[in-house]
Amino acid sequence: MMPNETHEVLQLHATPHVMNRDAAEVDADEALLDGIQHAAFGYFRQTVNPANGLVADTTRQHWPCSIAVVGFALSVYPAAVERGWLSRDEAVELCLAALRFFRDSDQRGTPDSTGYKGFYYHFLDMQSGRRTWRSELSMIDTALLIAGALTARMYFDGETLQEAELREIADELYRRIDWRWAQHDRETIMQGWKPESGFLHYGWEGYSESIVLYVLALGSPTHAPGARIYEAWSATYQWENLYDVDFLYAGPLFIHQFSHAWIDFRGIQDRFMREKRSDYFENSRRAVVVQREYARRNPLGFAGYDEHCWGLTAGDGPNNAMPRMTGVRRRLLGYTARGVPFGPDDGTLAGWAALASLPFASDVVLSTVRAMLRRYPEMYTDHRYASGFNPGLIDADGKCWVSAGHYGLDQGIVTMMIENHRTQLIWRLMRKCPYVVDGLRRAGFTGGWL
Amino acid sequence: MNLTAIVPQRSASATTIAGDGAESERIDNVHPVDWRNPPPASHYDLVIVGGGTAGLTAAKAAASRGAKTALVERHLLGGTCLNIGCVPSKAILRTSRLYAEMHDADRYGACVPGDVRVDFAAVMQRVRGVRARISRADSARGLTAAGIDVFFGQARFTRTDALEVQGVTLRFGKALIATGARPDTPAIPGLAEAGYLTNENAFDLTRPPGRLLVIGGGPLGCEMAQAFCRLGVQTTIVQRRPLFLPREERDAAQILSDAFARDGIEVRLNTRALNVRVDGGAKIVDLVSDDYHSTVVVDAILTGTGRVPNTAGLDLEAAGVDFDPHRGVHVDNFLRTRNRRIYAAGDVCLGDKFNDTAQASALIVIENALFGGRRRLSELTIPWCTYTDPEIAHVGLYARQARERNIPVKTFTIPMHDADRAIADDEEVGFVKISVKERTDQILGATIVARHAGEMISEITLAIVAGVGLGTLARVIHAYPTQAEAIRKAADAFVRTRVASYRQRRSTAWLSSLRL
Repeated sequence: MMPNETHEVLQLHATPHVMNRDAAEVDADEALLDGIQHAAFGYFRQTVNPANGLVADTTRQHWPCSIAVVGFALSVYPAAVERGWLSRDEAVELCLAALRFFRDSDQRGTPDSTGYKGFYYHFLDMQSGRRTWRSELSMIDTALLIAGALTARMYFDGETLQEAELREIADELYRRIDWRWAQHDRETIMQGWKPESGFLHYGWEGYSESIVLYVLALGSPTHAPGARIYEAWSATYQWENLYDVDFLYAGPLFIHQFSHAWIDFRGIQDRFMREKRSDYFENSRRAVVVQREYARRNPLGFAGYDEHCWGLTAGDGPNNAMPRMTGVRRRLLGYTARGVPFGPDDGTLAGWAALASLPFASDVVLSTVRAMLRRYPEMYTDHRYASGFNPGLIDADGKCWVSAGHYGLDQGIVTMMIENHRTQLIWRLMRKCPYVVDGLRRAGFTGGWL
Repeated sequence: MNLTAIVPQRSASATTIAGDGAESERIDNVHPVDWRNPPPASHYDLVIVGGGTAGLTAAKAAASRGAKTALVERHLLGGTCLNIGCVPSKAILRTSRLYAEMHDADRYGACVPGDVRVDFAAVMQRVRGVRARISRADSARGLTAAGIDVFFGQARFTRTDALEVQGVTLRFGKALIATGARPDTPAIPGLAEAGYLTNENAFDLTRPPGRLLVIGGGPLGCEMAQAFCRLGVQTTIVQRRPLFLPREERDAAQILSDAFARDGIEVRLNTRALNVRVDGGAKIVDLVSDDYHSTVVVDAILTGTGRVPNTAGLDLEAAGVDFDPHRGVHVDNFLRTRNRRIYAAGDVCLGDKFNDTAQASALIVIENALFGGRRRLSELTIPWCTYTDPEIAHVGLYARQARERNIPVKTFTIPMHDADRAIADDEEVGFVKISVKERTDQILGATIVARHAGEMISEITLAIVAGVGLGTLARVIHAYPTQAEAIRKAADAFVRTRVASYRQRRSTAWLSSLRL
């Protein structure tokens, strides 16, 4: 590669909507996105338990609820109302079912309760709402749930009793989270807790999807930790020059997307980003450049990878379903966080992950989405993105390996990011959320819309 | 399997495997059976306690500069490094890598040999041969010829300026404590009764255990787990922390985890061994990860959970030297103890228990103790390397340490898949990361993960010590194709950002002038 090649790539896509496209192309893009978004939203209609508002983690049989997926559900209902896919009353009912359930849930922190200290176990039984899979009390997944609750709180601003109740419960759920307890004996927030063994520590270091967690913690009017918590968390950031791109490094793409589903990071900066003369939105755009460049270089020689086919992120994988592919021994992984450039990478991509970067680099992403769907239509099952596909694992019919069913996280981020690209609805709602504004300010964010 | 069956009996006179020529040569070098301690001089400029890396380095340096020097060793000259550490472990790693390459021959366009059988006895014989050969440089007779009085026996300080060995008093102007460290044993119920390996006896194995549990994910545990796995041993490694090599950066540790899994090592992170019991010759180990309990059944257990300093039996109180069992001998930045006559160097007093650090600290002591020097330990730039495959080497600050010190830091990263030689060698796993103080070319530190990272890190160490900036490294011609070119590519990337920044400033200035 010539020295300036990547710089040119970076420059080429530095300005959104740089290409001139005629009206027909714009309409075609809009139709494509509308179709994908509608289908992705359909996941939540399909898998929600209307009695308690809980939403299944995946479409696979007997799969439990993931509280993070409930957070995504609460966030996409407003978009669905706006687009006429769900009536406002239906949406309020679904939100209220979920919020009432969590409000009234067993918070004793016993092995089969629902939560503790305002946090909730990661996986819950779809019917009873009790802990399942011996899962951990999850701080990040609770944050995603509460981000959804606050999104609904901001959208449903009507004067009806139901909408007033919705806002009240969302507020109550947020206020009762004891973020300080979750610090345990550290400056940062612990990643989990189990009644059987206490706090868990997974050793996460560096940039992660947790900005939204820290912003919500810092915005709490009841249990906010000290502002030092954000500095302590961001102390392990790594500002790297990789493939001639300067960015806040994180390998998997979802890290550059999840907090962005709720928070509009355009033009606002914390201390770190001020120092780097960048912002998190721009950073996520650069992450796209790095992903594309990795796929173009394709150091491990995987089938399908190129600048129009990428998307390494957390998702399902073949899990040693086929120990040999194309004559080369590879270790195939199941559900794991794949990343660039240091892996793990087993040749499995996530089409939805490329699409979820739409707001950051729309032209690049749209061309990628089209190319990937054209080449591997089998990854788009029942009109939705599968969690992962592996172009190097081909079956007797010539189709590549595709993850079974669908995952709620994938459909949620797709629905939200398309909405943010099209109308910025969720961003606009959360820009007005006083807790988020306070949290951002306490974390040291300034500038832009803030 | 009973450990005593696979760890041979040692001869009574010294630590050696009976009847082994290489071992006999080594012992003849590092503790001759017929050795007679010399008559002591009336006064020594320097008495050194401990004949490991630090002690040998200090003794040779002091003697070569004319100081009357005595060296006291209670066991084997060469210490951990030669006898039970770096030397044998690197020898066994080399052979294990060869076996891994034989199994992977098709990656290199070669045929996988039809019958790859591990000849464990031959592996260990080679280890002993390597050890014997390197021991020649540390021989007692060689030291004597260099003018050093070598005493074997346990040293005990009797006064602030004297110590005793084998009933003989050695009076000193200055003394150096360099007694090293020994394996720390994890407090796991039943472990001692079941028997376990450490680096002190693992290299004496004559046949491999069928199933091995390695406890500890530090450098030693990682190296040994990979080596034994590649020699055909079914290996499990448990590590209490979420990642291996906790001080290294996340990507390095992750790459190592992936490499282990590829090799077939069963990796158990966030896991503790609760207890050990023996049943039918097998060792049954109960493990727990958070609240998930499991059991592994193995033939041998190897512990690699750190090292503790050797301070026992020295009567340091009599010498007025402060110490504790965890930190070892307390020293100041000049490596001086509370007794201003007595210094310490190497593993007995340093947090970084590396061979190279022991050497460097010993030379500081010689300078400060004998020649009025004021050299400080904190001035050392210490690289280190874990010799797994890929190797993981580091020097200087980590990015997180720089940020903790409010130093703005930027890291230039070159994946090894961008180095032509790494591609040609099919050794693309890893990276070069060089961190600089932002908006300068001052190198703060570097991490290299590569097949030969230990060799490559020296260039960065040199640059840091000599004050050479990353921009200058871009002007250094690196032989093509070499894996070290990845370092130059990082430097090139740095230069490109500077050029881009300069162009941007020029452009901004030009636009401003237009507005005027």
